[in-house]
Amino acid sequence: MPKTRTPRTPGRLPANIPTRAVVDHGFIPVRAKLIEVAAFLDRVERYGAAADFRCDALRKAAAVLVDGRPERARRILEKLSDPTTKADKISSGKAALGAWQKPSAK
Amino acid sequence: MRYIEPHGHMVSRTTDDYQAMVTAGCAAVCEPAFWAGFDRSSVDGFRDYFRQLTEYEPARAAKFLLPHFCWLCINPKEAEDLSLAADVLAMIPEFLEKPNVLGIGEIGLNRNTRNELKVLEQHVNLAVKHDQLILVHTPHLEDKLKGTRLIVDLLLSHKGVKPERVIIDHVEEHTINHVLDQGFWAGITLYPDSKSSPPRAVDMLETSANERIWLNSACDWGVSDPLAVPKTAFEMRRRGHTAEFVDQVLYKNPIRFLSQCPKFRLGEQSVG
Repeated sequence: MPKTRTPRTPGRLPANIPTRAVVDHGFIPVRAKLIEVAAFLDRVERYGAAADFRCDALRKAAAVLVDGRPERARRILEKLSDPTTKADKISSGKAALGAWQKPSAK
Repeated sequence: MRYIEPHGHMVSRTTDDYQAMVTAGCAAVCEPAFWAGFDRSSVDGFRDYFRQLTEYEPARAAKFLLPHFCWLCINPKEAEDLSLAADVLAMIPEFLEKPNVLGIGEIGLNRNTRNELKVLEQHVNLAVKHDQLILVHTPHLEDKLKGTRLIVDLLLSHKGVKPERVIIDHVEEHTINHVLDQGFWAGITLYPDSKSSPPRAVDMLETSANERIWLNSACDWGVSDPLAVPKTAFEMRRRGHTAEFVDQVLYKNPIRFLSQCPKFRLGEQSVG
């Protein structure tokens, strides 16, 4: 990846940031999603599927949520990504799986 | 409110969706060529599809007073068959002069293979040769970061490519700045589970340079929402963003990119 060609300009927050409203609107839906994550991890353990590489990737990615550092969404996406850089010889199928697994372990 | 839907696979939607989109303020819809959910068996299957995109679908949209534009290519999901891809690429120029064709797309990568990369390069060559705009699909899920890097590297290494005439679609938090920093346009796709949600899309508008970003639903035959773009406008307004900013992102930005193709016209409506 070459160096940046275009100087990065900042994004844009609203002039009057509705601090409380962001929490009011977002908390309940996100609370529900967090509980879904917890219930999913419980479920895969109950079904004996917790060792699936995707479940393992999910647990590792979830640790980013509480590490106190910013850009959590970007970093979780990166954790779930294929870290290699060269095009693959052959396709492993039409659909991606959501988490990366080393080829030797497939 | 007015908005452009710059990426919707309308051949797989009902006419009810056209009605709902127009009612919500849609001023134009643009339809990239894509995978049908199964591999087509011959070049004639693509010829029929391109006729649908350039003849039938614009007529269907026109019944709802909605301008319809399209992009042509063989989708990366079908690019493993190099022979078929060559036949389709050779046939595309037959359609480039059609009045609603904006350019070559959605080309790109699916599983980041060598064959996909070869076909992507051939599409880029075709676009440059015919001075067409380019719309690029980036891979799904764990393949997106690597694929985006491969795509950006390929585009930057091509002397004929002008980044301001290329939109790289389906960016997320881990790829958006790779795209914008190199001078390309970026598309944020509002698609359940596998791409972005309206709140995350607005987060990206708040944290990245937004002059070269458009929002789209990429509604298709999967679980998707043809009203995802206007719903994101509601999320922007609820956070306190101005109506002018909503108009810039949902209407003026896509028009600014698409107007680089002289065939993109909205009739009586203006950008002002």
